[in-house]
Amino acid sequence: MSKTLIGWNGKSLKEMLEESEELIEKTKRYYGIEKLSLKEKDPFRYERAYASLRGALVSARETALHVAASPIVKEIGELCFALYTPEGDSIVVSTGILVHVHTMSEAIKFMVREDYEDDPGINPGDIFLNNDPNCGNVHTTDVQTLIPIYWEKELIGWAGGVTHQIDAGGITPGHDLVSAIQRFDDGIYYTCRKIGSNDRIWKDHMINAKRAVRTPMYWELDEKCRMAGNLMIRDAVLDFIKTEGIDYYKRFMREAIEEGRLIVLERVKERLIPGRYRAASFFDIGFKNEAWQPRAKIDKISNMPIEIVIGEEGGISLTFDGASGSGPNPMNCGKGAMEGGQWVLLTQILIYGDKVNDGAYFAVEKEYPLGTWCNPGDPYLSYQSPWGNLIPAYTGMMKSISYGLFSRGFREEVVPGYGFTGDAIQGGGFYSSGPLKGERWSLSTFEISGQGLGASAVRDGLNWGYAMWNPEADLGDVETWELFQGGIPYLARKIKPNSPGHGKYRGGANYEGIAMIAYSREVDFFGAKEGLCFHGSGGMHGGYPHGTGYRLYAKNTNMKDIIQQQADYPLGDPDPSNGQFEKYLKADITRKPYCSIYPIILENYDLVHFAMSGGPGYGDPLERKLERVKQDLDDGIYTKDIVYNVYGVVAEYNEAKEEWKIDESATKTRQEELKNERREKSLPFEEYWEQERKKITEEKLCEAATRMYSESLLLSDKWAREFRAFWKLPDDFQMEVK
Amino acid sequence: MVNEDKKTLARMINGDLTWNELKPIISGRKDPNRFDAILEILQEKVHWAEKILLPLHEHLYIVSKNGSRIVKCDCGFEFGDYRENWKTKCRVRVRDTYKALEELYPKDMTSDPEWEVLREYFCPGCLALLDTESVPPGYPTIFNFLPDIDMFYEKWLGRKAPDK
Repeated sequence: MSKTLIGWNGKSLKEMLEESEELIEKTKRYYGIEKLSLKEKDPFRYERAYASLRGALVSARETALHVAASPIVKEIGELCFALYTPEGDSIVVSTGILVHVHTMSEAIKFMVREDYEDDPGINPGDIFLNNDPNCGNVHTTDVQTLIPIYWEKELIGWAGGVTHQIDAGGITPGHDLVSAIQRFDDGIYYTCRKIGSNDRIWKDHMINAKRAVRTPMYWELDEKCRMAGNLMIRDAVLDFIKTEGIDYYKRFMREAIEEGRLIVLERVKERLIPGRYRAASFFDIGFKNEAWQPRAKIDKISNMPIEIVIGEEGGISLTFDGASGSGPNPMNCGKGAMEGGQWVLLTQILIYGDKVNDGAYFAVEKEYPLGTWCNPGDPYLSYQSPWGNLIPAYTGMMKSISYGLFSRGFREEVVPGYGFTGDAIQGGGFYSSGPLKGERWSLSTFEISGQGLGASAVRDGLNWGYAMWNPEADLGDVETWELFQGGIPYLARKIKPNSPGHGKYRGGANYEGIAMIAYSREVDFFGAKEGLCFHGSGGMHGGYPHGTGYRLYAKNTNMKDIIQQQADYPLGDPDPSNGQFEKYLKADITRKPYCSIYPIILENYDLVHFAMSGGPGYGDPLERKLERVKQDLDDGIYTKDIVYNVYGVVAEYNEAKEEWKIDESATKTRQEELKNERREKSLPFEEYWEQERKKITEEKLCEAATRMYSESLLLSDKWAREFRAFWKLPDDFQMEVK
Repeated sequence: MVNEDKKTLARMINGDLTWNELKPIISGRKDPNRFDAILEILQEKVHWAEKILLPLHEHLYIVSKNGSRIVKCDCGFEFGDYRENWKTKCRVRVRDTYKALEELYPKDMTSDPEWEVLREYFCPGCLALLDTESVPPGYPTIFNFLPDIDMFYEKWLGRKAPDK
């Protein structure tokens, strides 16, 4: 047990953290830094210093990922590294899955506050492992390795690396476990645990870890990957100090973070408008007929209202006041998830650049109300798939910032939102024959890294090429995924018609896939995505949300005969009301209007369908240029009936030319019809208000909506006051699930 | 720094720029005069005379009229005080049946209307679709953006708002 204080100037780490927090509180500046004196005195030296550290971190990531084994780490770079102050504030970060830069910060602060300095001790060469969502993580399958960096007898910082695992030993195979409802379902928990010393991972830890998960080889090599990257960072920092001196390094780290904070304020003042922004996002948790566990059999909508206030200095104040409650589902979010999500969003849409660090964190004031999905205050709940709430919730922030960007004139930067990073199909099984007989394969395709981006105010959204949460905006190669999940080979991957949100500028489009179970036994399968609610906060300025997900699979199929006879089989589900599954298969076909399902068991020759997300649209669809609609038809992005109903475009396919031709005269007439329909089928606001109010007062709401309102009304007096005032309801109005 | 000329910006607003033209505008440093440049283009574009204080929406502007600040559509319809939600002056259609939703989306690719409805807010003047809200039935109409116009002009741009 160490008793030597390892902070600076004879202080403990805890004292250093308290001092840092007091200085921020008192001065509103990071560490009370009033002047970027190093930068002002010698800007070239300062920038060179920053670039050298930044380069070292990027290099560490690029090198370390070759040590990893997980396909999602090796293939799409699902890892990142960061350098922290002794108190846990990030100074410089690598590229990669940046959502974790601030999560690791929370983990370090947890260790500091818990007096790890005293017990279990923080010594040179020690190694700490964390994957606890209540100590600065997102979910247990994100695993962090942290090592202290010493100069002589003082702790001068931390290096941290995180990789995403396919499996963490939870209730079922997978990385986002739909069926987890309590901590004990989430898999193995490492709550900032020391797992090594003298730069070596302890053998007993590795034996334990490898027995605790279903993918031990991935786990072991990924741990070594993170350790390799951290050691490279430590070496780079020590070399830096040898060159620049310890006093320079100590001052430099503070100034770099304060500069990061100032960059946020300046960027906000450059791009946005002060004022109040609001949006609301929702997610369907439809587990009444899905859950195995009695207390999880609940239908519920998550309410995710966001309010952002931008003040005179450019600071951002954010609250999720009015959020609905936490519960027996895996979508609960800890602070690390909330901070990480916000941080990664800001770095993509507002403060992208090389000076990205926890200065961004300090520029934002935030409120996550206790008892809600975004701050449950209960470490025994499940936090295994917080993405269900986190991903839609932050579309509201993206949309809010877009209102400011639009008004300021930066229309090219507007993005109302992004597609859900789903359909995250998961599970796995064992090979039943062939050279790998008896080996486990895991289903964890990260096609989800290629989603549709929302439209901007000047162009369509990016197709199948964006994921806010993942480093590579890429579906990946089918052949690569099949290498790792060979028990479920692809039969098809095609454009999913009608996936983008409609608008003057449509959202990004996306793909769907069909896969078949083969050469396997004991196969579990499940997936997660929105289905009964539209994703996130929808479209902007008249644009529509993109289409929702749904679940389709076929069991007891005749695929064996189809293959032998070389007959036709489904290549997609372009029209769910006239499905290819039903047309080509003899099978027990299941279609569900929602997408998140508890695991099912599949057999060889069973088929599954999965579809990636489109993105939300922007602007009135009737203002879309006809040549763009024609291109959509030619590309298979939209179908004839949908462009007729939404865009008022009349078109016929020219078989000889293999292209669509628009009938401009008929289109003009059809668009006039739609305008007239708008008048006929709409109501003055007052009449709409009366009708909508009756749904509440006459208790016409479904259980899922009633549960959402009852929780939000109980959890926030402010939100309840505004709700009652808007609908002119009594001051004591409440809702109750009967 | 990319200083786009007025013609280029006007083409950008109209959605006419090619990707090769748009890309440097997106990835380059932003022109600090962009706000004023866009405001000038928009003021020339609208057919009414009121001074635009802030573009609010593809079709809506906060303008100065008779000493008040109101929201006005490019068609001329006036929504009243900008501090009140302009949506409360709109015509509204609520798509709360599968039939109505499946006009826009294929089967299974819409919300369940008991869980979430789709509201369409139209300008009473020109029937432009100004906003959609995908929300659970009974959700209050969302007031998306309330700008602080004077703080913007005085503290950020260093000058009085045009109506002051």
